[in-house]
Amino acid sequence: MKIKEAQNEIIEEFALFDEWMDKYEHIIELGKDLPIIDDKNKVAENLIKGCQSRVWLHAELVNKKIIYSADSDAIITKGIIALVIRVFSNNTPKDIAQSELFFIDQIGLQEHLSPSRSNGLLSMVKQIKMYSIAFQVKA
Amino acid sequence: MATETEIIDLQKIRSDFPILSREVNGKPLVYFDNGASSQKPKQVIDVISHYYEYEHSNIHRGIHTLSQEATNAYEDARKTLQHFINAKHDHEIIFTAGTTGSINLVASSFSKKYLKEGDEIIISTMEHHSNIVPWQMICEEKGAILKVVPINDEGEFLMEEFKDLLSEKTKLVAVTHVSNTLGTINPVKEIIEKSHANGALVLIDGAQSVPHTKVDVQELDCDFYVFSGHKMCGPTGVGILYGKEDILNELPPYQGGGDMIKTVTFEKTTYNSLPHKLEAGTPNIAGGIGLAAAAKYMNEIGIDKIEAYEHELLTYATQQIKQIDGVRIIGEAENKASVLSFLVDGTHPSDIGMIVDKLGVAIRTGHHCTEPLMNRFNIPGTARASFAFYNTIEEIDIFITALKRAIKMLL
Repeated sequence: MKIKEAQNEIIEEFALFDEWMDKYEHIIELGKDLPIIDDKNKVAENLIKGCQSRVWLHAELVNKKIIYSADSDAIITKGIIALVIRVFSNNTPKDIAQSELFFIDQIGLQEHLSPSRSNGLLSMVKQIKMYSIAFQVKA
Repeated sequence: MATETEIIDLQKIRSDFPILSREVNGKPLVYFDNGASSQKPKQVIDVISHYYEYEHSNIHRGIHTLSQEATNAYEDARKTLQHFINAKHDHEIIFTAGTTGSINLVASSFSKKYLKEGDEIIISTMEHHSNIVPWQMICEEKGAILKVVPINDEGEFLMEEFKDLLSEKTKLVAVTHVSNTLGTINPVKEIIEKSHANGALVLIDGAQSVPHTKVDVQELDCDFYVFSGHKMCGPTGVGILYGKEDILNELPPYQGGGDMIKTVTFEKTTYNSLPHKLEAGTPNIAGGIGLAAAAKYMNEIGIDKIEAYEHELLTYATQQIKQIDGVRIIGEAENKASVLSFLVDGTHPSDIGMIVDKLGVAIRTGHHCTEPLMNRFNIPGTARASFAFYNTIEEIDIFITALKRAIKMLL
Protein backbone atom coordinates (compact mmCIF):
# COMPACT_ATOMS: atom_id res chain seq x y z
CA MET A 1 0.00 0.00 0.00
CA LYS A 2 1.36 3.38 -1.05
CA ILE A 3 0.82 5.10 2.29
CA LYS A 4 2.75 2.46 4.18
CA GLU A 5 5.60 2.55 1.65
CA ALA A 6 5.85 6.31 1.82
CA GLN A 7 6.15 6.11 5.59
CA ASN A 8 8.84 3.44 5.40
CA GLU A 9 10.79 5.63 2.98
CA ILE A 10 10.69 8.53 5.44
CA ILE A 11 11.86 6.25 8.26
CA GLU A 12 14.83 5.19 6.10
CA GLU A 13 15.55 8.80 5.19
CA PHE A 14 15.67 9.79 8.86
CA ALA A 15 17.79 6.80 9.86
CA LEU A 16 20.70 8.71 8.32
CA PHE A 17 20.62 11.28 11.12
CA ASP A 18 22.38 10.47 14.39
CA GLU A 19 22.02 13.90 15.91
CA TRP A 20 18.76 15.63 16.77
CA MET A 21 20.20 18.76 15.21
CA ASP A 22 20.63 17.19 11.80
CA LYS A 23 17.11 15.82 12.02
CA TYR A 24 15.68 19.22 12.88
CA GLU A 25 17.72 20.96 10.22
CA HIS A 26 16.26 18.55 7.69
CA ILE A 27 12.72 19.20 8.95
CA ILE A 28 13.32 22.96 8.78
CA GLU A 29 14.49 22.58 5.16
CA LEU A 30 11.38 20.55 4.34
CA GLY A 31 9.31 23.27 5.94
CA LYS A 32 10.96 25.93 3.82
CA ASP A 33 10.45 23.84 0.67
CA LEU A 34 6.79 22.99 1.26
CA PRO A 35 4.81 24.65 -1.51
CA ILE A 36 2.84 27.41 0.07
CA ILE A 37 -0.87 26.78 0.22
CA ASP A 38 -2.81 28.74 -2.36
CA ASP A 39 -3.81 32.06 -0.79
CA LYS A 40 -7.45 31.45 -1.69
CA ASN A 41 -7.34 28.34 0.51
CA LYS A 42 -5.59 30.03 3.43
CA VAL A 43 -8.91 31.04 4.91
CA ALA A 44 -10.56 30.86 8.29
CA GLU A 45 -12.48 27.66 7.56
CA ASN A 46 -9.23 25.86 6.74
CA LEU A 47 -7.49 27.11 9.88
CA ILE A 48 -6.72 24.59 12.60
CA LYS A 49 -5.90 26.80 15.53
CA GLY A 50 -3.35 25.41 17.96
CA CYS A 51 -2.24 27.16 21.11
CA GLN A 52 1.32 27.55 19.82
CA SER A 53 1.12 27.81 16.05
CA ARG A 54 -1.49 28.02 13.36
CA VAL A 55 -2.02 25.35 10.72
CA TRP A 56 -4.09 25.61 7.55
CA LEU A 57 -5.24 22.48 5.73
CA HIS A 58 -7.05 22.28 2.42
CA ALA A 59 -8.24 19.12 0.66
CA GLU A 60 -9.76 18.51 -2.76
CA LEU A 61 -10.73 15.46 -4.75
CA VAL A 62 -8.93 15.15 -8.10
CA ASN A 63 -9.41 12.01 -10.20
CA LYS A 64 -10.82 10.15 -7.20
CA LYS A 65 -7.72 10.95 -5.13
CA ILE A 66 -7.39 13.49 -2.34
CA ILE A 67 -4.86 16.26 -2.81
CA TYR A 68 -3.92 17.94 0.44
CA SER A 69 -2.17 21.27 0.78
CA ALA A 70 -1.21 22.91 4.06
CA ASP A 71 0.77 25.63 5.73
CA SER A 72 1.85 26.75 9.19
CA ASP A 73 3.38 29.91 10.63
CA ALA A 74 5.92 27.78 12.54
CA ILE A 75 8.63 26.22 10.41
CA ILE A 76 9.22 22.99 12.37
CA THR A 77 5.50 22.27 12.37
CA LYS A 78 5.47 23.07 8.66
CA GLY A 79 8.33 20.62 8.04
CA ILE A 80 6.46 17.82 9.77
CA ILE A 81 3.33 18.79 7.82
CA ALA A 82 5.35 18.41 4.61
CA LEU A 83 6.08 14.81 5.62
CA VAL A 84 2.47 14.08 6.57
CA ILE A 85 1.28 15.45 3.23
CA ARG A 86 3.89 13.44 1.35
CA VAL A 87 2.44 10.33 3.01
CA PHE A 88 -1.27 10.96 2.54
CA SER A 89 -1.72 13.21 -0.48
CA ASN A 90 -2.65 11.72 -3.83
CA ASN A 91 -4.27 8.61 -2.39
CA THR A 92 -7.85 7.42 -2.56
CA PRO A 93 -10.17 8.36 0.29
CA LYS A 94 -10.58 4.69 1.17
CA ASP A 95 -6.83 4.07 1.43
CA ILE A 96 -6.37 7.15 3.60
CA ALA A 97 -9.27 6.23 5.86
CA GLN A 98 -7.92 2.73 6.39
CA SER A 99 -4.28 3.72 6.89
CA GLU A 100 -2.31 4.05 10.08
CA LEU A 101 0.11 6.85 10.82
CA PHE A 102 3.27 5.33 12.31
CA PHE A 103 6.27 7.19 10.91
CA ILE A 104 6.17 10.15 13.33
CA ASP A 105 6.74 7.81 16.28
CA GLN A 106 9.39 5.86 14.42
CA ILE A 107 11.51 8.88 13.56
CA GLY A 108 11.34 10.12 17.15
CA LEU A 109 9.00 13.06 16.67
CA GLN A 110 6.11 11.72 18.74
CA GLU A 111 6.46 14.68 21.12
CA HIS A 112 5.05 16.85 18.33
CA LEU A 113 1.80 14.94 18.51
CA SER A 114 1.50 15.37 22.27
CA PRO A 115 -1.35 17.54 23.52
CA SER A 116 1.12 19.71 25.46
CA ARG A 117 2.61 20.92 22.19
CA SER A 118 -0.77 22.23 21.11
CA ASN A 119 0.71 22.95 17.72
CA GLY A 120 -2.24 21.98 15.62
CA LEU A 121 -0.46 18.95 14.20
CA LEU A 122 -2.55 16.42 16.07
CA SER A 123 -5.73 18.19 14.98
CA MET A 124 -4.41 18.31 11.42
CA VAL A 125 -3.88 14.55 11.32
CA LYS A 126 -7.43 14.05 12.59
CA GLN A 127 -8.71 16.49 9.97
CA ILE A 128 -6.90 14.59 7.20
CA LYS A 129 -8.78 11.46 8.25
CA MET A 130 -12.05 13.36 8.48
CA TYR A 131 -11.65 14.54 4.88
CA SER A 132 -10.97 10.99 3.72
CA ILE A 133 -14.17 9.76 5.36
CA ALA A 134 -16.15 12.66 3.93
CA PHE A 135 -14.74 12.16 0.41
CA GLN A 136 -15.43 8.41 0.51
CA VAL A 137 -19.08 9.29 0.22
CA LYS A 138 -18.41 11.54 -2.79
CA ALA A 139 -15.86 9.34 -4.56
CA MET B 1 27.12 44.88 39.12
CA ALA B 2 27.34 43.02 42.43
CA THR B 3 28.20 39.35 42.13
CA GLU B 4 25.61 36.71 42.86
CA THR B 5 27.25 35.51 46.06
CA GLU B 6 27.08 38.95 47.60
CA ILE B 7 23.31 38.89 47.53
CA ILE B 8 22.33 35.27 48.15
CA ASP B 9 24.07 31.96 48.81
CA LEU B 10 23.40 30.52 45.40
CA GLN B 11 25.22 27.24 45.88
CA LYS B 12 23.24 26.45 49.01
CA ILE B 13 19.97 27.52 47.40
CA ARG B 14 20.50 25.42 44.28
CA SER B 15 21.27 22.37 46.39
CA ASP B 16 17.84 22.79 48.02
CA PHE B 17 16.10 22.13 44.67
CA PRO B 18 16.59 18.46 43.66
CA ILE B 19 15.20 18.96 40.15
CA LEU B 20 17.89 21.49 39.24
CA SER B 21 20.49 18.75 39.12
CA ARG B 22 18.70 16.69 36.48
CA GLU B 23 19.38 16.63 32.78
CA VAL B 24 16.98 17.29 29.93
CA ASN B 25 17.73 15.95 26.45
CA GLY B 26 21.23 15.08 27.64
CA LYS B 27 21.96 18.64 28.82
CA PRO B 28 21.87 20.16 32.29
CA LEU B 29 18.41 21.63 32.87
CA VAL B 30 18.16 25.39 32.60
CA TYR B 31 14.70 26.18 33.95
CA PHE B 32 13.45 29.55 32.76
CA ASP B 33 9.71 28.84 32.94
CA ASN B 34 9.25 30.12 36.47
CA GLY B 35 6.43 32.42 35.44
CA ALA B 36 4.36 29.32 34.68
CA SER B 37 5.42 27.44 37.82
CA SER B 38 8.43 27.50 40.09
CA GLN B 39 10.40 24.46 41.23
CA LYS B 40 10.16 23.13 44.79
CA PRO B 41 12.86 23.01 47.45
CA LYS B 42 13.41 19.95 49.65
CA GLN B 43 12.09 21.96 52.59
CA VAL B 44 8.66 22.03 50.96
CA ILE B 45 8.71 18.49 49.56
CA ASP B 46 9.77 17.12 52.97
CA VAL B 47 7.01 18.93 54.83
CA ILE B 48 4.39 17.47 52.47
CA SER B 49 5.84 13.94 52.76
CA HIS B 50 6.06 14.26 56.52
CA TYR B 51 2.46 15.39 56.69
CA TYR B 52 1.23 12.34 54.80
CA GLU B 53 3.57 9.96 56.63
CA TYR B 54 2.90 11.13 60.20
CA GLU B 55 0.18 13.74 60.54
CA HIS B 56 -2.60 13.20 58.07
CA SER B 57 -6.21 13.15 59.17
CA ASN B 58 -9.24 15.21 58.28
CA ILE B 59 -9.21 18.57 60.01
CA HIS B 60 -11.72 20.51 62.13
CA ARG B 61 -14.28 18.75 64.37
CA GLY B 62 -12.14 15.63 64.84
CA ILE B 63 -12.03 14.37 68.42
CA HIS B 64 -8.87 12.32 68.08
CA THR B 65 -5.26 13.37 68.41
CA LEU B 66 -4.31 13.11 64.75
CA SER B 67 -7.18 15.34 63.74
CA GLN B 68 -6.14 17.87 66.37
CA GLU B 69 -2.57 17.81 65.12
CA ALA B 70 -3.56 18.16 61.47
CA THR B 71 -5.95 20.99 62.34
CA ASN B 72 -3.22 22.78 64.25
CA ALA B 73 -0.77 22.36 61.37
CA TYR B 74 -3.32 23.71 58.87
CA GLU B 75 -4.33 26.66 61.03
CA ASP B 76 -0.65 27.42 61.74
CA ALA B 77 -0.13 27.48 57.99
CA ARG B 78 -2.89 30.07 57.73
CA LYS B 79 -1.10 32.22 60.32
CA THR B 80 2.21 31.88 58.46
CA LEU B 81 0.52 33.13 55.28
CA GLN B 82 -1.18 35.91 57.22
CA HIS B 83 2.24 37.18 58.30
CA PHE B 84 3.72 36.55 54.88
CA ILE B 85 1.50 39.24 53.33
CA ASN B 86 0.93 41.13 56.61
CA ALA B 87 -2.82 40.63 56.83
CA LYS B 88 -4.44 41.97 59.97
CA HIS B 89 -6.23 38.74 60.92
CA ASP B 90 -5.65 35.08 60.15
CA HIS B 91 -9.32 34.63 59.19
CA GLU B 92 -8.75 37.07 56.34
CA ILE B 93 -6.70 34.29 54.70
CA ILE B 94 -8.93 31.94 52.68
CA PHE B 95 -7.40 28.81 51.23
CA THR B 96 -8.42 28.20 47.62
CA ALA B 97 -7.20 26.04 44.74
CA GLY B 98 -5.08 28.89 43.37
CA THR B 99 -5.31 32.35 41.85
CA THR B 100 -8.01 31.25 39.40
CA GLY B 101 -10.04 29.72 42.23
CA SER B 102 -9.68 32.89 44.30
CA ILE B 103 -10.81 35.19 41.50
CA ASN B 104 -13.78 32.98 40.66
CA LEU B 105 -14.79 32.97 44.33
CA VAL B 106 -14.76 36.78 44.50
CA ALA B 107 -16.43 37.17 41.11
CA SER B 108 -19.25 34.83 42.05
CA SER B 109 -19.87 35.94 45.64
CA PHE B 110 -19.30 39.64 45.02
CA SER B 111 -21.66 39.75 42.05
CA LYS B 112 -24.39 37.88 43.91
CA LYS B 113 -24.50 40.58 46.55
CA TYR B 114 -23.38 43.78 44.88
CA LEU B 115 -23.54 43.70 41.10
CA LYS B 116 -26.56 44.86 39.14
CA GLU B 117 -27.40 45.81 35.60
CA GLY B 118 -25.42 48.76 34.26
CA ASP B 119 -22.67 48.50 36.93
CA GLU B 120 -19.08 48.48 35.73
CA ILE B 121 -15.98 46.43 36.46
CA ILE B 122 -12.57 47.67 35.33
CA ILE B 123 -9.64 45.45 34.36
CA SER B 124 -6.49 46.20 32.33
CA THR B 125 -5.30 45.12 28.88
CA MET B 126 -2.49 43.03 30.38
CA GLU B 127 -4.65 40.70 32.48
CA HIS B 128 -4.27 36.94 32.42
CA HIS B 129 -7.36 35.13 31.10
CA SER B 130 -8.14 34.14 34.70
CA ASN B 131 -8.58 37.82 35.56
CA ILE B 132 -10.71 38.45 32.46
CA VAL B 133 -13.05 35.53 31.93
CA PRO B 134 -14.61 35.29 35.44
CA TRP B 135 -15.53 39.01 35.22
CA GLN B 136 -16.89 38.59 31.70
CA MET B 137 -19.04 35.71 32.90
CA ILE B 138 -20.59 37.63 35.79
CA CYS B 139 -21.00 40.79 33.69
CA GLU B 140 -22.92 38.77 31.15
CA GLU B 141 -25.05 37.21 33.84
CA LYS B 142 -25.87 40.51 35.55
CA GLY B 143 -25.93 42.84 32.55
CA ALA B 144 -22.91 44.69 33.92
CA ILE B 145 -20.17 46.22 31.76
CA LEU B 146 -16.49 45.31 31.61
CA LYS B 147 -14.16 48.26 30.96
CA VAL B 148 -10.52 47.85 29.99
CA VAL B 149 -7.63 50.19 30.83
CA PRO B 150 -5.28 50.55 27.85
CA ILE B 151 -1.48 50.28 28.00
CA ASN B 152 1.30 52.07 26.11
CA ASP B 153 3.78 50.47 23.70
CA GLU B 154 6.21 49.78 26.55
CA GLY B 155 3.49 47.75 28.24
CA GLU B 156 2.69 50.23 31.00
CA PHE B 157 -0.70 50.84 32.63
CA LEU B 158 -2.15 54.20 31.56
CA MET B 159 -3.21 55.96 34.75
CA GLU B 160 -4.92 58.94 33.14
CA GLU B 161 -7.09 56.69 30.98
CA PHE B 162 -7.88 54.63 34.07
CA LYS B 163 -9.02 57.74 35.94
CA ASP B 164 -11.28 58.59 33.03
CA LEU B 165 -12.89 55.14 33.18
CA LEU B 166 -13.65 55.38 36.89
CA SER B 167 -17.17 56.53 37.65
CA GLU B 168 -19.92 56.09 40.20
CA LYS B 169 -20.91 53.01 38.21
CA THR B 170 -17.55 51.31 38.91
CA LYS B 171 -18.11 48.60 41.50
CA LEU B 172 -14.81 46.77 41.32
CA VAL B 173 -11.33 47.17 39.81
CA ALA B 174 -9.34 43.96 39.17
CA VAL B 175 -5.75 44.48 38.11
CA THR B 176 -2.60 42.39 38.07
CA HIS B 177 0.30 43.44 40.27
CA VAL B 178 2.88 42.06 37.82
CA SER B 179 2.15 41.08 34.21
CA ASN B 180 2.96 37.43 33.51
CA THR B 181 3.71 38.20 29.86
CA LEU B 182 5.43 41.59 30.01
CA GLY B 183 6.89 41.66 33.51
CA THR B 184 5.42 45.12 34.06
CA ILE B 185 5.06 46.03 37.74
CA ASN B 186 1.86 48.04 37.99
CA PRO B 187 1.43 51.05 40.29
CA VAL B 188 -1.15 49.17 42.34
CA LYS B 189 -1.03 51.49 45.34
CA GLU B 190 -2.07 54.43 43.22
CA ILE B 191 -4.71 52.32 41.45
CA ILE B 192 -6.13 51.32 44.84
CA GLU B 193 -6.18 54.91 46.13
CA LYS B 194 -7.92 56.21 43.03
CA SER B 195 -10.46 53.38 43.08
CA HIS B 196 -11.27 53.87 46.76
CA ALA B 197 -11.63 57.61 46.28
CA ASN B 198 -14.26 56.64 43.76
CA GLY B 199 -16.00 54.14 45.99
CA ALA B 200 -14.89 50.99 44.10
CA LEU B 201 -13.36 47.90 45.67
CA VAL B 202 -10.05 46.55 44.35
CA LEU B 203 -8.80 43.03 43.69
CA ILE B 204 -5.09 42.63 42.99
CA ASP B 205 -3.89 39.53 41.10
CA GLY B 206 -0.64 38.75 42.88
CA ALA B 207 0.19 35.47 41.12
CA GLN B 208 3.36 36.93 39.59
CA SER B 209 4.26 39.37 42.36
CA VAL B 210 4.22 37.32 45.56
CA PRO B 211 7.04 35.04 44.33
CA HIS B 212 9.31 38.01 43.65
CA THR B 213 8.52 40.96 45.88
CA LYS B 214 7.41 41.75 49.44
CA VAL B 215 3.66 42.25 49.59
CA ASP B 216 1.99 44.09 52.48
CA VAL B 217 -1.77 44.04 52.03
CA GLN B 218 -2.38 46.53 54.84
CA GLU B 219 0.05 49.00 53.38
CA LEU B 220 -1.48 48.54 49.91
CA ASP B 221 -4.98 48.81 51.44
CA CYS B 222 -6.38 46.49 48.74
CA ASP B 223 -9.72 44.81 49.39
CA PHE B 224 -8.73 41.47 47.87
CA TYR B 225 -5.31 40.05 47.07
CA VAL B 226 -5.03 36.66 45.35
CA PHE B 227 -2.11 34.37 44.57
CA SER B 228 -1.07 30.77 43.88
CA GLY B 229 1.19 28.45 45.83
CA HIS B 230 2.90 26.76 42.93
CA LYS B 231 4.53 29.90 41.54
CA MET B 232 6.23 30.63 44.88
CA CYS B 233 7.93 27.27 45.54
CA GLY B 234 4.78 25.74 47.02
CA PRO B 235 2.66 22.84 45.76
CA THR B 236 0.10 22.98 42.96
CA GLY B 237 -3.61 23.07 43.72
CA VAL B 238 -3.46 25.57 46.57
CA GLY B 239 -3.63 29.34 46.70
CA ILE B 240 -4.83 32.24 48.77
CA LEU B 241 -7.63 34.72 48.74
CA TYR B 242 -6.93 37.57 51.11
CA GLY B 243 -9.88 39.85 51.81
CA LYS B 244 -10.53 42.55 54.36
CA GLU B 245 -12.49 41.13 57.27
CA ASP B 246 -15.55 43.36 56.95
CA ILE B 247 -15.80 42.73 53.21
CA LEU B 248 -15.41 38.95 53.48
CA ASN B 249 -18.04 38.93 56.23
CA GLU B 250 -20.49 40.51 53.83
CA LEU B 251 -19.81 38.08 50.98
CA PRO B 252 -22.31 35.25 50.59
CA PRO B 253 -20.76 31.75 50.55
CA TYR B 254 -19.29 30.55 47.25
CA GLN B 255 -19.82 26.81 47.56
CA GLY B 256 -22.02 24.89 49.94
CA GLY B 257 -20.88 21.80 51.80
CA GLY B 258 -19.18 20.59 54.93
CA ASP B 259 -17.15 22.89 57.15
CA MET B 260 -18.85 26.09 55.92
CA ILE B 261 -22.01 25.68 58.00
CA LYS B 262 -23.07 26.47 61.54
CA THR B 263 -26.28 24.45 61.56
CA VAL B 264 -28.13 22.62 58.83
CA THR B 265 -31.79 21.69 58.73
CA PHE B 266 -33.82 20.94 55.64
CA GLU B 267 -35.62 24.22 56.17
CA LYS B 268 -32.66 26.55 56.72
CA THR B 269 -28.87 26.48 56.97
CA THR B 270 -26.83 29.03 58.87
CA TYR B 271 -23.26 29.65 57.89
CA ASN B 272 -20.01 29.35 59.76
CA SER B 273 -17.83 32.37 60.48
CA LEU B 274 -14.68 33.34 58.58
CA PRO B 275 -12.57 31.79 57.22
CA HIS B 276 -14.63 28.57 57.14
CA LYS B 277 -17.70 30.17 55.58
CA LEU B 278 -15.73 30.42 52.32
CA GLU B 279 -13.99 27.05 52.56
CA ALA B 280 -16.51 24.31 51.83
CA GLY B 281 -15.46 20.67 52.00
CA THR B 282 -12.23 18.99 53.02
CA PRO B 283 -9.50 21.37 51.88
CA ASN B 284 -6.11 20.68 50.35
CA ILE B 285 -4.55 20.20 53.78
CA ALA B 286 -1.12 19.07 52.60
CA GLY B 287 -1.17 21.89 50.06
CA GLY B 288 -1.82 24.53 52.68
CA ILE B 289 0.91 23.18 54.94
CA GLY B 290 3.31 22.94 51.98
CA LEU B 291 2.53 26.50 50.96
CA ALA B 292 3.35 27.74 54.44
CA ALA B 293 6.67 25.88 54.25
CA ALA B 294 7.35 27.67 50.95
CA ALA B 295 6.59 31.06 52.52
CA LYS B 296 8.96 30.28 55.40
CA TYR B 297 11.64 29.16 52.96
CA MET B 298 11.41 32.38 50.97
CA ASN B 299 11.40 34.47 54.13
CA GLU B 300 14.56 32.75 55.33
CA ILE B 301 16.37 33.73 52.14
CA GLY B 302 14.82 37.19 52.35
CA ILE B 303 12.30 38.46 49.82
CA ASP B 304 14.23 41.73 49.45
CA LYS B 305 17.33 39.76 48.52
CA ILE B 306 15.34 37.61 46.11
CA GLU B 307 14.00 40.73 44.42
CA ALA B 308 17.42 42.39 44.18
CA TYR B 309 19.08 39.28 42.79
CA GLU B 310 16.34 38.58 40.25
CA HIS B 311 16.60 42.16 39.10
CA GLU B 312 20.27 41.54 38.34
CA LEU B 313 19.37 38.44 36.35
CA LEU B 314 16.80 40.39 34.33
CA THR B 315 19.20 43.27 33.67
CA TYR B 316 21.94 40.92 32.52
CA ALA B 317 19.62 38.83 30.33
CA THR B 318 18.12 41.97 28.78
CA GLN B 319 21.56 43.35 27.95
CA GLN B 320 22.65 40.05 26.41
CA ILE B 321 19.54 39.43 24.34
CA LYS B 322 19.57 42.97 22.97
CA GLN B 323 22.92 42.23 21.34
CA ILE B 324 21.35 39.59 19.12
CA ASP B 325 20.26 40.92 15.73
CA GLY B 326 16.54 40.84 15.05
CA VAL B 327 15.45 40.39 18.67
CA ARG B 328 12.52 42.50 19.80
CA ILE B 329 11.63 42.64 23.47
CA ILE B 330 7.91 42.76 24.23
CA GLY B 331 7.39 44.67 27.45
CA GLU B 332 9.87 47.39 28.21
CA ALA B 333 8.27 49.02 31.22
CA GLU B 334 10.46 51.04 33.50
CA ASN B 335 9.45 48.85 36.46
CA LYS B 336 9.80 45.21 35.55
CA ALA B 337 9.91 41.87 37.36
CA SER B 338 12.08 39.02 36.06
CA VAL B 339 10.12 38.25 32.90
CA LEU B 340 11.70 38.57 29.47
CA SER B 341 9.30 38.20 26.54
CA PHE B 342 10.72 38.47 23.06
CA LEU B 343 10.36 37.79 19.36
CA VAL B 344 13.02 37.14 16.75
CA ASP B 345 12.48 38.55 13.25
CA GLY B 346 11.70 35.84 10.71
CA THR B 347 11.08 33.10 13.27
CA HIS B 348 8.09 31.73 15.15
CA PRO B 349 8.32 31.58 18.98
CA SER B 350 7.35 27.90 19.07
CA ASP B 351 10.29 27.01 16.78
CA ILE B 352 12.65 28.89 19.09
CA GLY B 353 11.15 27.14 22.13
CA MET B 354 11.48 23.66 20.58
CA ILE B 355 15.12 24.10 19.66
CA VAL B 356 16.32 25.63 22.93
CA ASP B 357 14.46 22.80 24.72
CA LYS B 358 16.64 20.34 22.80
CA LEU B 359 19.58 22.24 24.29
CA GLY B 360 18.21 21.83 27.82
CA VAL B 361 16.63 25.27 28.20
CA ALA B 362 12.97 25.40 29.26
CA ILE B 363 11.20 28.58 28.18
CA ARG B 364 7.53 29.18 27.41
CA THR B 365 6.10 30.16 24.05
CA GLY B 366 2.62 31.17 22.98
CA HIS B 367 0.10 33.73 24.13
CA HIS B 368 0.70 33.06 27.85
CA CYS B 369 -3.06 33.12 28.50
CA THR B 370 -3.13 36.81 27.55
CA GLU B 371 -4.69 36.79 24.09
CA PRO B 372 -6.12 40.33 24.30
CA LEU B 373 -2.62 41.57 25.19
CA MET B 374 -1.17 39.76 22.17
CA ASN B 375 -3.83 41.44 20.02
CA ARG B 376 -2.82 44.81 21.50
CA PHE B 377 0.72 44.25 20.20
CA ASN B 378 -0.61 42.59 17.05
CA ILE B 379 1.50 39.47 17.57
CA PRO B 380 0.46 35.79 17.80
CA GLY B 381 2.59 35.14 20.87
CA THR B 382 6.06 35.52 22.31
CA ALA B 383 8.91 33.43 23.63
CA ARG B 384 9.28 34.09 27.34
CA ALA B 385 12.15 33.45 29.73
CA SER B 386 11.19 34.04 33.37
CA PHE B 387 13.76 33.86 36.13
CA ALA B 388 13.73 32.78 39.76
CA PHE B 389 16.25 33.33 42.53
CA TYR B 390 17.82 29.90 41.96
CA ASN B 391 18.78 30.78 38.39
CA THR B 392 22.28 31.97 37.56
CA ILE B 393 24.18 34.30 35.24
CA GLU B 394 25.84 31.18 33.75
CA GLU B 395 22.42 29.77 32.88
CA ILE B 396 21.58 33.00 31.07
CA ASP B 397 24.77 32.56 29.06
CA ILE B 398 23.70 29.01 28.15
CA PHE B 399 20.27 30.30 27.14
CA ILE B 400 21.76 33.06 24.97
CA THR B 401 24.06 30.56 23.25
CA ALA B 402 21.11 28.21 22.68
CA LEU B 403 19.01 31.04 21.32
CA LYS B 404 21.73 32.06 18.87
CA ARG B 405 22.00 28.47 17.69
CA ALA B 406 18.23 28.26 17.23
CA ILE B 407 18.18 31.45 15.18
CA LYS B 408 21.02 30.17 13.02
CA MET B 409 19.13 26.95 12.33
CA LEU B 410 15.85 28.71 11.57
CA LEU B 411 16.99 31.54 9.34
